[in-house]
Amino acid sequence: MNKATPSPTPLQRDIKTIVNASLPRRHAAERRFRRYGLIAVSLGLAFVVLMFGNIISKGYPAFWQTYVQMPVQFDPAVIDPQGTRDPQVLQSADYAALVRAALRRLFPTVEGRLELRALYGLVSSGAALELQRRVVQNPELIGAEQEIWLLASANVDTLVKGNIDRSLDESERPIKDNQIGWVDQLQSAGKIEKQFNTILFSSGDSREPEQAGIRGALMGSFYTLLVTFLLSFPIGVATAVYLEEFAPKNRWTDLIEVNINNLAAVPSIVFGLLGLAVFINFFGLPRSAPLVGGLVLSLMTLPVIIIAGRAALTSVPPSIREAALGVGASKLQMVGHHVLPLAMPGMLTGSIIGMARALGESAPLLMIGMVAFIVDVPQGFADPATVLPVQIYLWSDLPERAFVERTSAAIMVLLAFMIVMNGLAIILRKRFERRW
Amino acid sequence: MFAYLFLSLLLLSAGAYHLGRKRAFAVANGHIRKLHSLPSFYGSYAALWCFLPALIVFGLWATFQQGFIIDLVVAGMPPALRNLPPDQLNLVINDLKNLIGGNFVSSAPDPAMLAAADHYRHLRTIGNTALWVTVLSLAILGVVHAWRAISPTLRARNRVEQIVNIFLIASSTIAIFTTLGIVLSVVFESILFFQKVPISEFLFGLQWSPQTALRADQTGSSGAFGSVPLFAGTLLISGIAMVIAAPIGLMSALFLSEYATPKFRAVAKPTLEVLAGIPTVVYGFFAALTVAPLIREIGASIGLHVASESALAAGLVMGIMIIPFVSSLSDDVINAVPQSMRDGSYALGATKSETIKRVLLPAALPGIVGSILLAVSRAIGETMIVVMAAGLSANLTANPLEAVTTVTVQIVTLLTGDQEFDSPKTLAAFALGLMLFVVTLILNIIALHVVRKYREQYE
Repeated sequence: MNKATPSPTPLQRDIKTIVNASLPRRHAAERRFRRYGLIAVSLGLAFVVLMFGNIISKGYPAFWQTYVQMPVQFDPAVIDPQGTRDPQVLQSADYAALVRAALRRLFPTVEGRLELRALYGLVSSGAALELQRRVVQNPELIGAEQEIWLLASANVDTLVKGNIDRSLDESERPIKDNQIGWVDQLQSAGKIEKQFNTILFSSGDSREPEQAGIRGALMGSFYTLLVTFLLSFPIGVATAVYLEEFAPKNRWTDLIEVNINNLAAVPSIVFGLLGLAVFINFFGLPRSAPLVGGLVLSLMTLPVIIIAGRAALTSVPPSIREAALGVGASKLQMVGHHVLPLAMPGMLTGSIIGMARALGESAPLLMIGMVAFIVDVPQGFADPATVLPVQIYLWSDLPERAFVERTSAAIMVLLAFMIVMNGLAIILRKRFERRW
Repeated sequence: MFAYLFLSLLLLSAGAYHLGRKRAFAVANGHIRKLHSLPSFYGSYAALWCFLPALIVFGLWATFQQGFIIDLVVAGMPPALRNLPPDQLNLVINDLKNLIGGNFVSSAPDPAMLAAADHYRHLRTIGNTALWVTVLSLAILGVVHAWRAISPTLRARNRVEQIVNIFLIASSTIAIFTTLGIVLSVVFESILFFQKVPISEFLFGLQWSPQTALRADQTGSSGAFGSVPLFAGTLLISGIAMVIAAPIGLMSALFLSEYATPKFRAVAKPTLEVLAGIPTVVYGFFAALTVAPLIREIGASIGLHVASESALAAGLVMGIMIIPFVSSLSDDVINAVPQSMRDGSYALGATKSETIKRVLLPAALPGIVGSILLAVSRAIGETMIVVMAAGLSANLTANPLEAVTTVTVQIVTLLTGDQEFDSPKTLAAFALGLMLFVVTLILNIIALHVVRKYREQYE
């Protein structure tokens, strides 16, 4: 306080003391409020970390798969008793018998039906297919003996990864005491190994977790997204161009705009109902096909692309348009030669974000039957298929620990795709965005 | 098969473009200035003549070929098969399709079916050959026509631009057709449903058990279609979600826009928005396998019985999903409040939090309400989280620890795997879809209206 000013009147002094007295309380309130904000943000960030941490910690073991090394004897009496080397015969031989023989050779002391069946349970039924593939590829193998790494069963895999509690009572474990003993023997002999899980990426769905892969779902997603992109990008860009550059201001245009904004907020499952009623029941398109999935998803993605496209078009300054018209371009030439190329990065960014959303979408696809158990990898747009998120949904219902692991791995693959797509969109925007 | 035809059509059109351009140069005798339009427009003109008529015929043909052939095959079947009642005939046709597709057939095919399948294959071969011939000859005819029409006075640019314009307008109407398609498909099936189940029962009934008896002599549930428990369940889960999302989202928006340093904001804001980009099936997995067991264990440890598919787990995870919607929408609204209003408040000696509570929030309230309404509509329409983490049985309860079911869950369970389209069970899903569509539409319209009105206030 400056000494020169007249001393404050009693009333003023009163207000000052009141204010000063209230300050600690007010400051405390201020700090409290700030802390609440910080807590809210940290909670949000913690959820992100928690989700990613949870899924990665569950999913990363699925990228490794347990294999057992076994001395397989390609017994001619089993594979090709007549010695014809006919591919048909080689194809249909009982390779599981070879696997069983190899297992018996590893543990010659095991006897009795039940014990033997437990022993055979160590190796996946996919091992026989592997032997078949080798023999058909190279018939010279017949008669030879080889040490081969064969796919272990899901239970052995889970045990080796340490996800089965050995202290549990035998009846509560999926794997029995004698099997654990054999696995331990094999492990100490160095005959069990974890290799990179190529099956996860190279095969379709299966009821056996160790043979189940996401390739079918990935191809299904690929075909579906291809249809989505081929339909929604041209139509979305055309709509954005029409609304931004050509449309007269009238009620019809307003109606279209209101419609687009509302479609952007319609729940995705309603689009599934549309697809079911219109595409499948009315037009008779095949169920479960990527074609129909792509149609439904493109209707869902259109509003996103249109809205992003219009934003990109409005950011192109009018001077560009006037200059083009000034040198005699027609309106369409002005748009095609000048406005559209300048707006394209923004439009592509919006479309990629829309496609990323379509990639993660599953609810409408459940409606049109893309939720079936499909082993074969789809070869075209009309084959029955499923997509990656729906595969995740299907697997998440299965109780086996190995499937939980694979579900998380599939989620990691899905998230990786989303991150790549969104990253691409960000790079595109940073690289080509122009400020006028 | 069709893809090859389409590719050849594209190739032909590319050729037509070159021909048209060449023709334009030729008719101009080297004096390009005599041409009405640029040569490339003559090229496009020829390409369009080659492509469009052929494509239209191709599209129509591909759509109707199968139905037409099946009609022919049915007409050629022995009378015993042909004169079956329609629903049995459909079964026969289905069997036939399976037979042709080489799929597994239920019983050993009888000779009549085999003959029909052969007949079908025969007709299909003829049809496909005819399609190729028609489409390609139409394309060539189109090129010939364009070739003859091209002259220096042909207004090629105007013609081409007209067609492009039509394409643009047609594209823009797709949004309207989509809405129309949604409305018609749900309304039609709902009308069928309401003919079987009275609308008052659907709207006010307290019992939901859609399992109907398949045969007349079957005992058991006769089906009850009261949707109140479903909407109650939906509201319960959405309510829990909003209890999580609204405060966290709003407080983070306030903190990030008013308190945080630019550096912190630059990191935290996109990280929070990652939550909006994660596919919902991932949230569902997280809810079902991590959150639900956790809640059950916590409940058990304090002596509470928690259902394994409790509303709490689904609502909690849905709340996490919705946080970024609330926060980024509120962020926009908060930033739209003019700085002068904050400055005025600071000049009067208010602290930051007082400014926020007394000035910012009242000013931004309509916008925030709008953003919360949008988030609610999002929560009501959300499917995967509840399908994976919420229950199937319709309980009318307000206890978040019990299992409830929602509208979207019921739509999914009613429509997956079931193919018959006349039972009230499947039709009920469309009636639920109609309700869902109407409710979210109303919420969205209100929210957008509120937000827009509010924005105009400060612009």
